[in-house]
Amino acid sequence: MKEIVIISGKGGTGKTSITASFAVLGGNNVVVADCDVDAADMHLLMQPDFDFSEDFYSGELATIDINSCIRCNKCAQVCRFGAISIRNMQYVIDPLSCEGCGYCARVCPTEAITNKNRLAGKWYISNIKTGSIMVHARLGIGADNSGKLVAKVKNEARDIAFEERKDIILVDGSPGVGCPVVSSLSGANFVVLVTEPSVSGLHDLKRVYELVKKFNIKAACIINKSDVNPKKRDEIVGFLAEENIVHLADLPYDENFTRAMTQGQTIVEYDKNRIKPLLTASWERIKQLVIT
Amino acid sequence: MKIAFTAKGTAWDSMMDPRFGRTMFIVVYDEQSETFSSFDNSVVENEAHGAGTATAQKIFELSPDVLITGNGPGSHAAQALKQINIRIFTEAHNMTIKQAFEKFKNGELKEI
Amino acid sequence: MTNHSPVRIAIASGKGGTGKTTLATNLAAYIAEQEEVVLVDLDVEEPNSGLFFKGELIYEEPNFKMIPQWDEPKCTFCGLCQKVCNFHAVLQLGPTILVFPELCHSCYTCSELCPTEALPMISKRTGKLSNFRINNLHFVESRLDVGEEQAVPTISKTKQYSNENYAHLRIEIDDCPPGTSCPVIEATKNADFVILITEPTPFGLHDLTLAVETMRALKRPMGVVVNRYGIGNDDVIRYCQKENIPILAKIPNSRKIAELYSSGKLIYQEIPEVKELLSTILDYCLKASKGGIA
Repeated sequence: MKEIVIISGKGGTGKTSITASFAVLGGNNVVVADCDVDAADMHLLMQPDFDFSEDFYSGELATIDINSCIRCNKCAQVCRFGAISIRNMQYVIDPLSCEGCGYCARVCPTEAITNKNRLAGKWYISNIKTGSIMVHARLGIGADNSGKLVAKVKNEARDIAFEERKDIILVDGSPGVGCPVVSSLSGANFVVLVTEPSVSGLHDLKRVYELVKKFNIKAACIINKSDVNPKKRDEIVGFLAEENIVHLADLPYDENFTRAMTQGQTIVEYDKNRIKPLLTASWERIKQLVIT
Repeated sequence: MKIAFTAKGTAWDSMMDPRFGRTMFIVVYDEQSETFSSFDNSVVENEAHGAGTATAQKIFELSPDVLITGNGPGSHAAQALKQINIRIFTEAHNMTIKQAFEKFKNGELKEI
Repeated sequence: MTNHSPVRIAIASGKGGTGKTTLATNLAAYIAEQEEVVLVDLDVEEPNSGLFFKGELIYEEPNFKMIPQWDEPKCTFCGLCQKVCNFHAVLQLGPTILVFPELCHSCYTCSELCPTEALPMISKRTGKLSNFRINNLHFVESRLDVGEEQAVPTISKTKQYSNENYAHLRIEIDDCPPGTSCPVIEATKNADFVILITEPTPFGLHDLTLAVETMRALKRPMGVVVNRYGIGNDDVIRYCQKENIPILAKIPNSRKIAELYSSGKLIYQEIPEVKELLSTILDYCLKASKGGIA
């Protein structure tokens, strides 16, 4: 069983469209994990049936029982996050400010404050149009994207792949360079970097590759919209050569990506002549590289 | 020698849990007395942050000589485990505790 | 205006890559043609606004957060610190107390509850704040050190720096982090007006609905800018009409814009139509904000 993670550092490079295309090309043999939980979009292309769903809890949140509260103000005094205020003569906790440290509960003389597990989102297991299975999630508003939900999605996908004897787990990774992307990369066998030839594209590619190096994972790269800036494209190719990253393909700037999306299709289903051969060749190459 | 495993169950045939911090159980096998003991680590599952250090604390309390796990501890947990005199072996993925133990005995696991 | 603070216009989006930084940098540069303005990059994990300006560095300072430091001689090893830390940032391993700065949320619980004051709070560097100036344009960015996990305290400090130094200006533009999680909340919670920038595609619409829900939870006035208008479909427009959210501008889809952006160039200087759109956007934001001058 091999785990392939697609990441980009920067948003809007076409990472999800490309991941979904690989999921279609891989078909029944590929379990999909959407780890971009803060802006999960892949389900829009995969026709998931939301077969199983479960609430996801992470961290804690203080709650006040106003019947036991004697309004001594101790909780508000110790809170460093300004989460406790008085409204209509009653102490209230602002859930968006509370960090769940529990200090208030510890100093409350009447035990009016308790820390409860915080509802942080929902996760799902779905049957998808490729005949395979996808694990995906939605992070709640203002929730802490600690990487824990990403870890949950990945572990469920691993368990399913193991039980159903699937060969490949395809992970749509998180953006940025913080905790969620670290969780996306943890335990992966291969990384596909999707970038675009722009000042920010190259900048973020370099930053996220620093992280990939720490994990010591083999990497390959797809340059999307490569013809928009040939000079930057060449700069990226130079960077790839320097770092020994396999250059999989250049994809042209093509509005069919968007047209496919509006039909709820991946680009390989919509555009069989121009983009599909390029992505098919990339996918075959990735499979080869993962095995060796 | 006492050997700790990160596992999804508490029997010899239970699967290893590749995660360190969020492992479901910690199972300790004592070679001398040939006894098996386990610790339910599911409380840590709910933690947003610091699962690694919390589990490292538990390992410290159980004081094994060897730890066998899958992905390996993250940087914080590794730093905590450094305080303890313990050898750590990783890459025991997709196998039972028993298989992991045999691989360890045959020197087939990677020590970090 | 009773208090002298700038109108804060926050630029956010549910999804990355929709043109947030492009709009923030172009809008700020456009305003700077007439008056002094401050642009604050609050995307502290991936600050990219600075790539579009080559200004003079006028000030730099480290960002700090407060963490406990173990004072060994005072410690009685009672174990309370470890017990009260909800983040497992303080461990007691035999005769040692270990503090993990990246895990610490600076809640002071361990420090203040320690019976022997053996865990005083000290400051620890988490990143760097830089302040640049390019004629009328003041640019502030913070960059988290690699491995540092908490963006929120740094965002809050960066906002505070801008408040303290630019209270005399009329307008502040904030480039916010993407998504709907804590960093966005911190970046937008006191904004006078929030511009959500999106694309007219299914992904764009889906992420816009999440961003709208977030701004409604924060009770922020908002408007939408549709970028790359012309691709995709009209679902985003219909959604905004149905939800009564004003559409401030539609920036046309154009390869020329993509090319300018890719070379790190400002767009409005080359395309007059974009300049007009910026003027419309700015007028609307100022009218809709508190104390705005029409």
